[in-house]
Amino acid sequence: MIQLPIYLDNNSTTKCDPRVFEAMTPFFLEDFGNAASKSHAFGWKAEEAVDYAREQIAKVIGANSKEIIITSGATESNNLALKGVYEMYAAKGNHFITVSTEHKAVLDACKHLEKLGAEVSYLPVGEDGLVTVEQIKAAIKPNTVLVSVMYANNELGVIQPIREIAALCKEHGVLFHTDATQAVGKIPVDVIADQIDLLSFTAHKMYGPKGVGALYVRRKNPRVKVTAQIDGGGHERGMRSGTLNVPGIVGFGKACEIALQEMESEGARLRVLRDKLENALLQLEESYLNGHKEHRLPHTTNISFKYVEGEGLMMGIKDVAVSSGSACTSASLEPSYVLKNLGLDDELAHSSIRFGLGRFTTEEEIDFTIKCVSDAVNKLRDMSPLWEMFKEGIDLKSIEWSEH
Amino acid sequence: MAYSEKVIDHYTNPRNIGTLDKSSSQVGTGLVGAPECGDVMRLQIQVGENGVIEEAKFKTFGCGSAIASSSLATEWLKGKTVDQALAIDNMEIVEELALPPVKIHCSVLAEDAIKAAINDYRVKNGMEPLELEKSHH
Repeated sequence: MIQLPIYLDNNSTTKCDPRVFEAMTPFFLEDFGNAASKSHAFGWKAEEAVDYAREQIAKVIGANSKEIIITSGATESNNLALKGVYEMYAAKGNHFITVSTEHKAVLDACKHLEKLGAEVSYLPVGEDGLVTVEQIKAAIKPNTVLVSVMYANNELGVIQPIREIAALCKEHGVLFHTDATQAVGKIPVDVIADQIDLLSFTAHKMYGPKGVGALYVRRKNPRVKVTAQIDGGGHERGMRSGTLNVPGIVGFGKACEIALQEMESEGARLRVLRDKLENALLQLEESYLNGHKEHRLPHTTNISFKYVEGEGLMMGIKDVAVSSGSACTSASLEPSYVLKNLGLDDELAHSSIRFGLGRFTTEEEIDFTIKCVSDAVNKLRDMSPLWEMFKEGIDLKSIEWSEH
Repeated sequence: MAYSEKVIDHYTNPRNIGTLDKSSSQVGTGLVGAPECGDVMRLQIQVGENGVIEEAKFKTFGCGSAIASSSLATEWLKGKTVDQALAIDNMEIVEELALPPVKIHCSVLAEDAIKAAINDYRVKNGMEPLELEKSHH
């Protein structure tokens, strides 16, 4: 028996792993001390737990625990990386390079910095969703301080050529930051081999709790510094003040430990299930895969079902939780900027669905989803005037649509 | 955001999906919206000799609220005279389906579709098209 609804929105957030939850529980009622309290056992116990978790967190990205700054999540990590570098390296330059399909936490932090005097280059991506090393190279200028490129995209799952970009940055003496929120714990990420200077990630995308994340800040070759954006008691070596979220950090640590152990087998299992889902859905007429087919996370697929509107489709598959590039619910009526940046017609962007598989996804659930989505697409096409026109051979571009 | 029961009912069991012969002089066709905006409605009416709408059909590309708005519109149109049909206001659709503010544009589109279908019918039958208020959505 499968339990409905089925959760296939794991790029948005993941269920806490029961092992993580279990590791956290003592730190609410028993070991509730403040990790900064140096004068009693409550504090020592909390500090010890945080130290241990910090090791676990560092290990999943191949870092040293001293290079981990705990934050409230990837949004804060991205803000700290970008704004902190801008302030710290103001004397060196004011030019940042990033990509148009980054998460809003990066794009909006960059917009904020532009108001403060930064110059930001937003590089376009190809129709596969990828930016190239050549594009970055062409954009680097003498006043470039930082390049920020996400490891894997949240809507498409495509993986950017991080190692090549980081090597290029090193060559030019430019700092390299990556928002690795979708990648850490899912695919191998190694800050040494990849030559990453700053890296943002978060617990709740990898079966840990919400409200806790980290920023990796390199300590050697080069030693990187960021200006604190939250001032106070001088926690996290002065780079991020605020009482540590001990249960959250313990859970984050446990989640990293499990991810490191199970990443390989889990990735292989999810790839098989993802491919099964994707291949079946691409059998439907006029359905298209969005993003590069190879350079991609193993658990994510993004498909457009032409002539069917995404939100209408989600209503038809109410037993399957997914997300859509259609923005029918937002006031702007603008579909996903990520999909638009691939050069997709608005119409195809409105027709897209992202499926995000996860640790708890079963094959039965995938079989159910294939049937459910296929039926809904067929039903909605039967009531779509666009599908009827397409079938009659009418070119939709030849019609003068009423603006609204 | 949860959908109202009536929206779910119309979405699950849409009334009057289909196509009428658009070349018939008895049939008026309204096609409104745009694919890049995420909703397109095609609404058709078939008018009898007595000026009463005897058949109404729709097809819609859009969200659940857009589908429900057009489905409801076809239900209301049947049995009305053309003049009565012209009086249908989008806010009546909003009320009937309990549409939230972000979905009001779906009802506006349905009203536009009704008026466009009526105008098509009028022009086919030698009448002046009605001046329609430019709707903003």
